[in-house]
Amino acid sequence: MKNTFKKFAVIAMACMMVFALAACGGGGDSSSDSEGAGAGTLHIGGVGPLTGPAALYGTAVKNGAELAVKEINEANPDGVQIAWDMQDDEHDAEKSVNAYNKLVDDGMQVLVGTVTSAPCTAVAAEAYANRTFVLTPSASAAAVVEGNDNVYQLCFQDPQQGQIAADYIAENYPDAVVGAIYNNADNYSSGIYDAFKAEYETKGKTIAATEAFSDDANADFSAQLNSMKNAGVDFVFLPIYYTPASNIMKQASDMGYTPKYFGCDGFDGILALEGFDTSLAEGALLLTPFSADADDEATQAFVSAYQEAYGEKPIQFAADAYDCVYAVYNAFLETGLSTDASMEEICEALISQFNGGFSVKGLTASGEMKWESTGEVDKAPKIYLIQDGKYVEQ
Amino acid sequence: MAERLLKNISTRGLKKTAKKGMQYRKEAMISYAILFIGYAVLQIGAMTGIVGRNLQGQFVPICVYVSLAISLNLVVGISGELSLGHAGFMAVGAFTGIIVMRVLEQYITIVPVRLIIALLVAAFVASIAGFIIGIPILSLRGDYLAIVTLAFGEIVRNFMNVLHFALDDKGHLKFAFNHTIEGITNEQRIITGAIGATGVTKTATFTYAMLLTAFTLFIVLNLKNSKQGRAIMAIRDNRIAGESIGLDVKKYKLIAFVVSAALAGMAGCMFGQNYSTLAPVKFNFNTSVLILVFVVLGGIGNIWGGMIAAALLTILPEAFRQFADYRMLTYAIVLILVMICTYNPAIKARIQNIWKKINPLKRKKDEGKKDKKKKSGKEAE
Amino acid sequence: MSFLTNLISGLSLGSVYAIIALGYTMVYGISKMLNFAHGDVIMVGGYVSFILNMYVGMNGWLALLIAMVVCTVLGILIERLAYRPLRGTGSLAVLITAIGVSYFLQNSALLIWGANPRVFPSLFEGAKTIHAYNGQLSIAPASIFTIAANIVIMVILTLFVSKTKAGKAMRAVSEDNGAAQLMGINVNQSISLTFAIGSGLAAVAGVLMCSAYPILMPTTGAMPGIKAFTAAVFGGIGSIPGAMIGGLILGIIEIFSRAYISTELSDAIVFGCLIVVLLVKPTGLLGKKVHEKV
Repeated sequence: MKNTFKKFAVIAMACMMVFALAACGGGGDSSSDSEGAGAGTLHIGGVGPLTGPAALYGTAVKNGAELAVKEINEANPDGVQIAWDMQDDEHDAEKSVNAYNKLVDDGMQVLVGTVTSAPCTAVAAEAYANRTFVLTPSASAAAVVEGNDNVYQLCFQDPQQGQIAADYIAENYPDAVVGAIYNNADNYSSGIYDAFKAEYETKGKTIAATEAFSDDANADFSAQLNSMKNAGVDFVFLPIYYTPASNIMKQASDMGYTPKYFGCDGFDGILALEGFDTSLAEGALLLTPFSADADDEATQAFVSAYQEAYGEKPIQFAADAYDCVYAVYNAFLETGLSTDASMEEICEALISQFNGGFSVKGLTASGEMKWESTGEVDKAPKIYLIQDGKYVEQ
Repeated sequence: MAERLLKNISTRGLKKTAKKGMQYRKEAMISYAILFIGYAVLQIGAMTGIVGRNLQGQFVPICVYVSLAISLNLVVGISGELSLGHAGFMAVGAFTGIIVMRVLEQYITIVPVRLIIALLVAAFVASIAGFIIGIPILSLRGDYLAIVTLAFGEIVRNFMNVLHFALDDKGHLKFAFNHTIEGITNEQRIITGAIGATGVTKTATFTYAMLLTAFTLFIVLNLKNSKQGRAIMAIRDNRIAGESIGLDVKKYKLIAFVVSAALAGMAGCMFGQNYSTLAPVKFNFNTSVLILVFVVLGGIGNIWGGMIAAALLTILPEAFRQFADYRMLTYAIVLILVMICTYNPAIKARIQNIWKKINPLKRKKDEGKKDKKKKSGKEAE
Repeated sequence: MSFLTNLISGLSLGSVYAIIALGYTMVYGISKMLNFAHGDVIMVGGYVSFILNMYVGMNGWLALLIAMVVCTVLGILIERLAYRPLRGTGSLAVLITAIGVSYFLQNSALLIWGANPRVFPSLFEGAKTIHAYNGQLSIAPASIFTIAANIVIMVILTLFVSKTKAGKAMRAVSEDNGAAQLMGINVNQSISLTFAIGSGLAAVAGVLMCSAYPILMPTTGAMPGIKAFTAAVFGGIGSIPGAMIGGLILGIIEIFSRAYISTELSDAIVFGCLIVVLLVKPTGLLGKKVHEKV
């Protein structure tokens, strides 16, 4: 009896395996259709976390990119169209490589991704060997572009942000007693913090108190905040995402501790956080390339279109993705390649475009964005102050 | 009384051993066959281009997870203890392997040799970790043991977040705890705290990974069929009886645990060599649980069942990509349903009945078997 | 003074762990299974309460009550659909199913409520933080209430289990399932009741936790779930006062190790303490020693 069952189980499992294999292999057909439009279709793939704890970033990228794709396709009915496909990686390097491979199977020509740093580093190495052009909206670790000539970043690098922040604070708040709380289980956060510390110390200053936490956004921060308070810190540097930051601000205010906060680009979104008492963030400074409250025309149009489509204010990740799609699209048009070109051809052509002074305007830069041949973006940083529940550019 | 008990056990044991020998051969045959056929099919598929990049990219992780399932089966299935920290040993092996590979890069240029040394060192370090955490096993049982292994996994991950390794200009290995190493370029860093290892040269291939899986299988099957293995299983089935015939319970449990840890370390080392970067967060509680799911879904103690489950559950989330947003939800539902269908006695029986009805070939065979059983039963009466 | 502040934070955090741990411990006691989906029930409780409060405009306390009802029903449903079919097939099979249920709840929440985090409105919005000793000592109202709620829940549960008929039935089932059945106790009902109570408490824990640490995401329940499970084992799994003591000690160790040793390694210290306790007392602080019968 038991034996029969085992055999059944094996056969059932084998059937599932065949099904799984078929599903894996069969995906490739979907790419060749919908070539009806005159100038053909450029296949852009995206990879990012759509499930799991980092899902909010991946979802924002997905939405922002979809919006750009829709705009481009509607504006150029006779021009080059874009087919956009975004795959989930659960914020995991292994799954990210799988997602990338799946996209290559499906005929992707350019990758806009991946969203988070560690997975992007893994995918970048695969894409380097496989010759895919990669423009990441938000993977900001230095390791993402190191040694990969095909990978470019649209966001500031972590060390870059740490340096800018240190310089800004040292210059504008010379008397501040500075402390820092960072996420030591996150490479974005520790990357910024390390650079910040090094730069701030070369300015001849010291950080009065440093505390860390690991990943769990909903932790109790009272110990960290007490340590800040006891060290007399009145200026807290928070190179972390806005979710734990909002939690820190709430707990600090509960214990009657009200320092000045300074955040990086992960801070953006804090004012749009549903249920967050924005008065807690009053007076906070943040270094971000994008703000949903900026009053230029492009940003306003983007924000209202985004709100209409998804019912919420866009965070910086969405704007980054939006810019990425436009950058890739414009650069592709400038190469003069047809959409039938292979992934490898497009990769080489885009690399020479990006290295050859290609520039593009976007939501996340005040002027034009250019790229270094190392893959780093060259754009002016913006510092915002939160005043009356709005971002005010400094 | 005691004498009778002993006699009972030993005669029963003898009969069991004879039967077990047969079972062992069968189990080994099936396991190696799965491995060989799997390798052949996938390799041919890859060469002819039937198998896409997506699946090809999963060859090494599949092998790694299969190895992990085999090694965890040694603890959960054969030794009968619940372990929730297998990813911890995997982490130890992975990071050890990465460091060894980087350090040896300047001395040994032949990749396979370097990889073998890295695997051995990874196994050694992981087995030390296994030994240290294995000591509490001496006094703990059941779910309390499970929680200690869970705690161990979390501690390992927490420590990995503050470890820094780098190779300086002279080729010396530098180490720092809880602060970054000064005066080092980014390329010289091997492991940087939470960022983990970056710039790893990918050396793992499907063939190496498959050889590792075969090695793991060989070790576990042989251990299972050895004197020690039988002692471990006897203790699992009845600890008191085992003690009464003079088996050193603690020793045998520790053997199973340490061997399992060493094999997990090797699998982790192979995993680490398959990606250009590796962050400690990979080895969290979820990964430990995933490996346990393989073992339980494949049938606790059933080595080849665990192997198939590991391969399937690695591919399944990828195959579910067509469900887009509902991918992980589908995965969760499938997991629950499969568990209920394979373990609930009533549903199990019903499925078997349906299966028999739709499979005439099998039906005849089974009926033949039943007749035989009936006959033998009558003879015995 | 910072010692006292830290102590209160620790007690408050520990109380949250304790209330969650009660759910773990009761379910373990009666069905010998580790219900890893328990942490995600907390998340569901938090979301239900949030939605009622923000979108329906319901009073926070009323929302809490409805969240409790929803979670109770959810707990009974989970037990009925996912765990009962596997009763008696060994604890491992149920453990894996529980993990499946946990994935299911997390991903359903992601689909229903989206990935964006929400900031939970505190139950004690109007209440003021107490400041003493010139601002050196500050106590948040959420802390006081959480600690008090923990004690009240503990007392009520202990009385319920030892005095009422249903409670005694639960104890009988956890002691000896078969004998309880022979005595005419409805085992299914007792187990359902346990899940109902545990899940209702999970909703309370969810709301209290989110009042103190206000981020609400689909994965909010995962880490507190693991910590509370640790707390339950710490105190001796299956024991109600054990869960409370375990939770409180765990919370205090966590906060103190962050305050005085290292914020980077606080989790390692918490789990390290757990291992040490289990080495000294293999069945937890208040766990019963199981005598093996031949």
